[in-house]
Amino acid sequence: MVSAVFHTTEAVLPASSPSPAGGGLGWGHAAPSSPVAANDAAAPTPALPQRGREKIPFDRRELWLKVLPPLLGLGLLALVWELVFMGTGGSIPSPRDTFAQALQIFSDPFYSKGPNDQGVGWNVLSSLKRVAMGFGMAAVVGIPVGFMIGRFNFLSRMFNPLISLLRPVSPLAWLPIGLLVFKGANPAAIWTIFICSIWPMIINTAVGVQRVPQDYMNVARVLNLSEWKIVTKILFPAVLPYMLTGVRLAVGTAWLVIVAAEMLTGGVGIGFWVWDEWNNLNVKNIIIAIFVIGIVGLVLEFALIKLATAFTFEEVKN
Amino acid sequence: MTSLTTKYIEIQGVEQTFKTRKGPFRALQNINLTVARGEFVALIGHSGCGKSTLLNLIAGLTTPTEGSLLCANREIAGPGPERAVVFQNHSLLPWLTCFENVYLAVERVFSETETKAQLKARTDAALAMVGLSAAAQKRPGEISGGMKQRVGIARALSMEPKVLLLDEPFGALDALTRAKLQDELLQIVATTQSTVVMVTHDVDEAVLLSDRIVMMTNGPSATIGEVLKVELPRPRSRVALAEDIRYLGYRKAVIDFLYTRQGHVEKAA
Repeated sequence: MVSAVFHTTEAVLPASSPSPAGGGLGWGHAAPSSPVAANDAAAPTPALPQRGREKIPFDRRELWLKVLPPLLGLGLLALVWELVFMGTGGSIPSPRDTFAQALQIFSDPFYSKGPNDQGVGWNVLSSLKRVAMGFGMAAVVGIPVGFMIGRFNFLSRMFNPLISLLRPVSPLAWLPIGLLVFKGANPAAIWTIFICSIWPMIINTAVGVQRVPQDYMNVARVLNLSEWKIVTKILFPAVLPYMLTGVRLAVGTAWLVIVAAEMLTGGVGIGFWVWDEWNNLNVKNIIIAIFVIGIVGLVLEFALIKLATAFTFEEVKN
Repeated sequence: MTSLTTKYIEIQGVEQTFKTRKGPFRALQNINLTVARGEFVALIGHSGCGKSTLLNLIAGLTTPTEGSLLCANREIAGPGPERAVVFQNHSLLPWLTCFENVYLAVERVFSETETKAQLKARTDAALAMVGLSAAAQKRPGEISGGMKQRVGIARALSMEPKVLLLDEPFGALDALTRAKLQDELLQIVATTQSTVVMVTHDVDEAVLLSDRIVMMTNGPSATIGEVLKVELPRPRSRVALAEDIRYLGYRKAVIDFLYTRQGHVEKAA
């Protein structure tokens, strides 16, 4: 697209350069207003097919440049994998075998043969359920706490040392505490997700509140808005992009942590599935699980980025 | 009552000192000024001379270190909708439409006494006054700089403020848009009879719009250097005034003050 646009301006440029508005960004718009361009308009028929002919090869190259590098990347992965397969004498399965196994697994993702043998769909869903619960509770607690910390300097100074101390702790270190307090594997896993998701949300929300432009707060002061109006009409929309960044980071961490937590706690879940297949020495399924984990993480991230851009207003920079 | 009309805003012995890392910084000192009801006063001076600081004091956004400010015989204790501010960078909320931006102000001031329909009518009227009825449902990101500033003015006027405070409202606009908005402001102020204090660094703008021009000395410790009464008849026309001998005289007086007597900004700083 960029190259195509550039090409048309090249054709227009000599015509528009004598016009007063011809400088900088307005090339295309300046041309019709200039007297020279009127002569051009008299003979548009030879110009148009020429542009059309040029556009097609350029778009094709553009398409190739978009599609080719990712394909090459995936190809490289398959090649390295194949080499590893040959180098290890088959203890790591080949891409082709793994793909065949994956087709078989995904043909029936929702079977259930007892608690230790369930389809990959159930495993992913129960992991997502744990993440959603732990993460949801973290959002319910963390976002209001972040707002309070951002709004009141006293609270910020009070909680900053605590957050700095607790945030770098590996979430898995909290798992024994969870097991002790909740006396169950499932709530302990949810607790671990809760504790690792809460920090990015608190910190990003608080930073967002602190960075609300002073201009907006001055508007609030001049209008003498109530605290409720300030929160709903100014703070919340201004903080939303920051908050969503926090949410995105939190979901990313939560998805990392759930796999590790489930390996330790057992039950149904993608992490447990990986561990179970390791015990069965079913390496193909482990590799499939790695891809599944990656793809689910990718989808979560992508969805949250889309959500964040929908709520980001360009003018906040002013 | 007579004292109210001549001394609507009263600034007495105001001094403003800011705490900085290098110790206290005195931005303003010994400011004495009265503004009559319905008067248009321009504050002019080089950048950094404390014009905006003085305007913020009148708005109540900051409180003075020394001295007192009165509006309608009451001490200015904080910001409030009776002293509406049009900010330099318009300060519209980007997630609200133009209508909603103005409605937020209207709702705050009149929601206790008027119905929703009346509030909406007020908002529509304010947008119509600045010629933006068509853009009411657009967000600030979708309109031009001049239009944004007009929404800012509409928001301020919609509150029916006792005093309108303008902080370099047209500073960020191109010359043609600026001239157009100045003419609109002249008309609006003539119909609403508002009391206006406007910060500017544009000599023509000051002479064209105001009844008095308050010229400030260079900071730090800036104060009022001179006050010039602009006795040009209203309504004023930009084109007619361009060759008016009195207009040119006022213009010369301000330029003299700014560039001859207060020109050495670098030396002072």
